[in-house]
Amino acid sequence: MSEKVLMKGNEALAEAALMAGCRHYLGYPITPQTEVAAYMAKRMPQVGGVFLQAESEIAAINMVIGVSSAGKRAMTSSSSPGISLKSEGLSYLAGCDLPALVVNVQRGGPGLGGIQPSQSDYFEATRGAGHGDFRMIVLAPASVQEMASLTIKGFELADKYRMTSMILADGVLGQMMEPVSLDFGEIKTFDKPWALTGTGGKRKPNIVNSLYMDPAELEQLNFERYARYQSVCENEVMIEEYMMEDAEICVVAYGAVARVSKNAINEARARGVKVGMIRPITLWPFPKAALRAAAERVRAFVTVELSMGQMVDDVELATRCMRPVLLCNRTGGMIPAPEEVLAKIFEADSIGGAK
Amino acid sequence: MAVVFKKPDALTDAVLHYCPGCTHGIIHRLVAEAIDELGICGDTIGVAPVGCSVFAYNYFNCDMVEAAHGRAPAVATGLKRADPSKIIFTYQGDGDLAAIGTAETVHSAARGENITVIFVNNAIYGMTGGQMAPTTLPGQVTQTSPYGRKPELVGLPVKVCEMLSQVDGATYLERVSVDSVANIAKAKRAITKAFRNQVEGKGFSLIEVLSTCPTNWGLTPVKALEWLRENMIPYYPLGVYKDISDEKGAK
Repeated sequence: MSEKVLMKGNEALAEAALMAGCRHYLGYPITPQTEVAAYMAKRMPQVGGVFLQAESEIAAINMVIGVSSAGKRAMTSSSSPGISLKSEGLSYLAGCDLPALVVNVQRGGPGLGGIQPSQSDYFEATRGAGHGDFRMIVLAPASVQEMASLTIKGFELADKYRMTSMILADGVLGQMMEPVSLDFGEIKTFDKPWALTGTGGKRKPNIVNSLYMDPAELEQLNFERYARYQSVCENEVMIEEYMMEDAEICVVAYGAVARVSKNAINEARARGVKVGMIRPITLWPFPKAALRAAAERVRAFVTVELSMGQMVDDVELATRCMRPVLLCNRTGGMIPAPEEVLAKIFEADSIGGAK
Repeated sequence: MAVVFKKPDALTDAVLHYCPGCTHGIIHRLVAEAIDELGICGDTIGVAPVGCSVFAYNYFNCDMVEAAHGRAPAVATGLKRADPSKIIFTYQGDGDLAAIGTAETVHSAARGENITVIFVNNAIYGMTGGQMAPTTLPGQVTQTSPYGRKPELVGLPVKVCEMLSQVDGATYLERVSVDSVANIAKAKRAITKAFRNQVEGKGFSLIEVLSTCPTNWGLTPVKALEWLRENMIPYYPLGVYKDISDEKGAK
């Protein structure tokens, strides 16, 4: 069962969604994630599922709302400009406490931007996905294997906490091919007594709604939602630590650029610099505790990002600025070479100060 | 004693919030009567809009979801695709359906989604206090057309039934009015047929219901009905705009 197959990241993600029991994919074409839709268009009819190409990203996310309201696992996928259009739906999903899986295979921005890999939707995913007080679980795969396994995890967490899970990937992960095992063991499912399945004349109507005219009631619902979010923060943080046992410099990187960083770390180690990496796998909840603990041990942090520097703010917040946090970044679809990360690690090593 | 008239089972006991003289109450009742007559309440899921009927989820005695402005047909599509055995209807106003939700309306019709759309056209945005709608008549004074709707500046009204009659995927389109007892009876027949079509798998049915807004039109309920008859019906002629129900078998 642990036999591996060679797959593109986007296709591994789509196949994993089917294995998670998702039978409704609602999407709209956009580069660089169109393989997800193409794969679903081919596979859904084979498994008795629904592939529907919507008239817009907005319609697609609202179809997700419809399917999810009915208690079924639903997903949509897009890339940066399309995710902006889904903002409205993401807010309504949160306000209605509906589970959903939304995939963002990021490309350079702002505006129409480009079609090359980017991580510049970090703020949008972790903070400003739409109007109102809400959060999404944000999962950041760094391999084709994780494109698949985090999709399974995303569906499970979405149902468990009745919220949106977003897979925040990038064009590299979507397009590259790697061996992947599709053996995920037992898939968790959850009862949905709130779902719209028709009363059958046997129960009171279920109502899925985000409108509350009484501010006290709306405030209370937001309190309750955030208590649920707190439980996510306490129980669902995922990281990978790499060579952190004796590290004096800590690289923080996620997604494809974490792999570039590993090459740089290996080279720095070969040259005698004690450097390791904390790779957030959940961007929300952010691994605050792990970074805070690391701040007690290391001299400096280096965040490596495909943006003008967005996660760097979270590293500074998590560590309360106890140590210098350097930024190594490329943006607009550019990816740093290991040498650029290496140079930043050396810079951190030189200005890190006494331990 | 025999009961000769009662509230339909498909309506809850909640008190309607609509303004005095507003015809939403009549239209709610017609929808509920249709659901009762077809015996489908337990299998029906409604989609409420944004607008005056935003609280429709409190009034219909079936499972309900409250959609974002204009998105009801997309949400209905998701519900129907999730479980085609359920009866899915949307209840939308003119701002919701014919402005911000035009794409969702046209494309759910184009796909021939097997859903029922109840479209209430009162030629104005009621909930937000009476602004110009896509259906506001030329010369009609609203909060955002204080000098009357000027076609040379903002164009002419959108005629939804006429527009959708050009969409091949649509099955049944009829415009009705609730300004008189006779027209209410016709509206009832149209709405019932629109639900029956769905039960029989015949695809996309939309009933446009001409409705009044006494509050924002600045007229008494009786004068508002007269205004509807004298101004709206000539511009929005009543009748069947498309009906291929008989050609459509069960899907």
